[in-house]
Amino acid sequence: MKDTLLLDAGSGGRASRRLVDECFIRHFDNPLLGRMDDAAFIEDIRPPIAMSTDAYTVTPLFFPGGSIGTLAVHGTVNDVSMLGARPQYLSCAFVLEEGLSLELLDRVTADMARAAKEAGVLIVTGDTKVVPRGACDKMFITTTGVGGVFADPAPSGRNARPGDAVLVSGAVGDHGLTVMGSRENLSFLTDVASDSAPLNRMVAAVIEQAGPVHALRDPTRGGLVATLNEIAGQSGVSLVLEEEAIPVHESVRNGCSCLGLDPLYLANEGKCVCILPAERAEAALAAMRNFPCGAEAARIGEVTAAGKTPRVSLKTRIGGVRLLSMPEGVPLPRIC
Amino acid sequence: MFSESAFQDPRLCRALLARLERALGGRSLRFMEVCGTHTVALFQSGLISMLPASVTHLSGPGCPVCVTHDEEISMILDLAGRERVILATFGDMLRVPGPDGQSLKHAKAGGARVEVVYSPLEALILAKKNPDAVVVFPGIGFETTAPTVAAVLLTARREKIGNFCVLSLHKLVPPALRALLDDIREGETKIDAFLLPGHVSTVIGLAPYAFLAERFRVPAVVGGFEPADILLALCLMAEQARDNAPAVRNAYPRAVNEAGNPRARAVTEQVFAPVDALWRGMGAIPESGLALRPEYADMDALKRFGVARSKSSSPKGCRCGDVLRGRISPPACPLFGKKCLPASPVGPCMVSTEGSCAAWHNYVEYQ
Repeated sequence: MKDTLLLDAGSGGRASRRLVDECFIRHFDNPLLGRMDDAAFIEDIRPPIAMSTDAYTVTPLFFPGGSIGTLAVHGTVNDVSMLGARPQYLSCAFVLEEGLSLELLDRVTADMARAAKEAGVLIVTGDTKVVPRGACDKMFITTTGVGGVFADPAPSGRNARPGDAVLVSGAVGDHGLTVMGSRENLSFLTDVASDSAPLNRMVAAVIEQAGPVHALRDPTRGGLVATLNEIAGQSGVSLVLEEEAIPVHESVRNGCSCLGLDPLYLANEGKCVCILPAERAEAALAAMRNFPCGAEAARIGEVTAAGKTPRVSLKTRIGGVRLLSMPEGVPLPRIC
Repeated sequence: MFSESAFQDPRLCRALLARLERALGGRSLRFMEVCGTHTVALFQSGLISMLPASVTHLSGPGCPVCVTHDEEISMILDLAGRERVILATFGDMLRVPGPDGQSLKHAKAGGARVEVVYSPLEALILAKKNPDAVVVFPGIGFETTAPTVAAVLLTARREKIGNFCVLSLHKLVPPALRALLDDIREGETKIDAFLLPGHVSTVIGLAPYAFLAERFRVPAVVGGFEPADILLALCLMAEQARDNAPAVRNAYPRAVNEAGNPRARAVTEQVFAPVDALWRGMGAIPESGLALRPEYADMDALKRFGVARSKSSSPKGCRCGDVLRGRISPPACPLFGKKCLPASPVGPCMVSTEGSCAAWHNYVEYQ
């Protein structure tokens, strides 16, 4: 392990994974944690529950399409949902910086309350700490969510099988580009907004209407590519995507092109990847498209047997092929 | 706005590929691009996987981060460590390791004030907001970046902003191409044609490349960045080679004016003067860099901070220099994919997303 922590360790890419493996898994190792899905699957409580926790820090606190408050609810609701569970209860812990505007705190809390109501979850316990000025950046929020697992078997990143279809519930890259744009005041990024949204109802409808799915995951940090590489590695399969089929909004494509970024590597906060037997793909897509957050759902590729090693590759628009490799650290705009 | 997507049309690309095959007539073509955006475009579009087997692609010294010399990286790290300095830099410099393996990321984690900016103007704004510190902007890039840096220096002068300065490490493309061709040793595989950089050419136009065709008899074509742009440029190269009629041509007329951009050049010339510069892997090349003119000495970080150049050498085993000269392909470097990975880059060609080693590593199934 390197001596000091770099920002890359929070990127969702390889650097994050190394930190988790070399520190947390090494100390905490147990079979439930070892599954490495978006939420833990706890079977010895009957019926089984899914539990997930996430810490939220974002600059700026408010951005087009959401805020740290909406993320803190949607992110955890979505992680619990990815286990084929119905998120019911959230806890939340606030770390607040001395000198924080109470009006700001009120706005964030109101956002959380609205988001929880929309998702149909209750925030039932919490904690507050205030730290001296400079000890944190305005506010950090941690939420934990639990819910009963209704999918049987529960989806897992380890269950993708050759022949499965790969679906995404909508256009990718909006959240990552929006936050970067707001943080850096990039004035040329006009019509982009975060996709922050709860996915629990859509996921429930997909499983009810299309049957159990093999893998479900929300492609947050590291984007679609990091998530699919994780699934490929966990399941020991390869994935082949069609560039033409992956929904990306025109404004996001243009913004990324200016900054030398790839939308497939940018975070999403209201999208899921769904991998299931190909014959049930259409039913799942139809179920997704009944919801605003799934209106642009698309079938973007298929699962194949792994070659020498599990890989994710892309058939490009012009008919070429390239790898989609696991990102290393934080996406950095290039010198242009 | 003009739609670039027309230049990604699969049918158009197939037609251009057929034209390229006809022009090649079985001959081989080793072409070199000298622009990081071309490197990425070739791989990201998948075009590289579709080129005829007789076409070999070489990535030349066209990625600004990659050609930045170890000694220059040391200077940047030195400045980042100074008291009351905010180092404002483009993001892709953060990961470049200096001679001792430490990068700006490490400097930042260790408490140095390092800020990522998206333009030199942002660095100037940072200076206005932080009157207690001096903002140093490392000027890295080619003829395309220099005019914007020059314009910001002029603004700083006009607005009397005293706490802003530039470490000018700008480099010029044509002298590097000349050095590259001059330096091809007996028996080495030669470069059959150049894909000239679209962005740089918008500023300098076509004239500075004339020596490529006249003196070296190498076809050279300015290309855009969409797959059809690159394919058209390749067709023109192959046709020139077939007809033994090397010339400098423009296959990117929607962006590049043959005379370039005289206003941008004038701003650059007002502030900067050509100097000998160090290039990674290529060493010193006469008149291939830009330094601030003496009348801007107060905004020249080199003079203001008395930055010393310390001799340093590339890490052991790193063959970035040979990659940048087109002598080897990245996987031929013994460190590639083993000791040198995007997570722990040894050489800068693995650091920048526009570096050819990173492109090979990220986009090609080479194992």
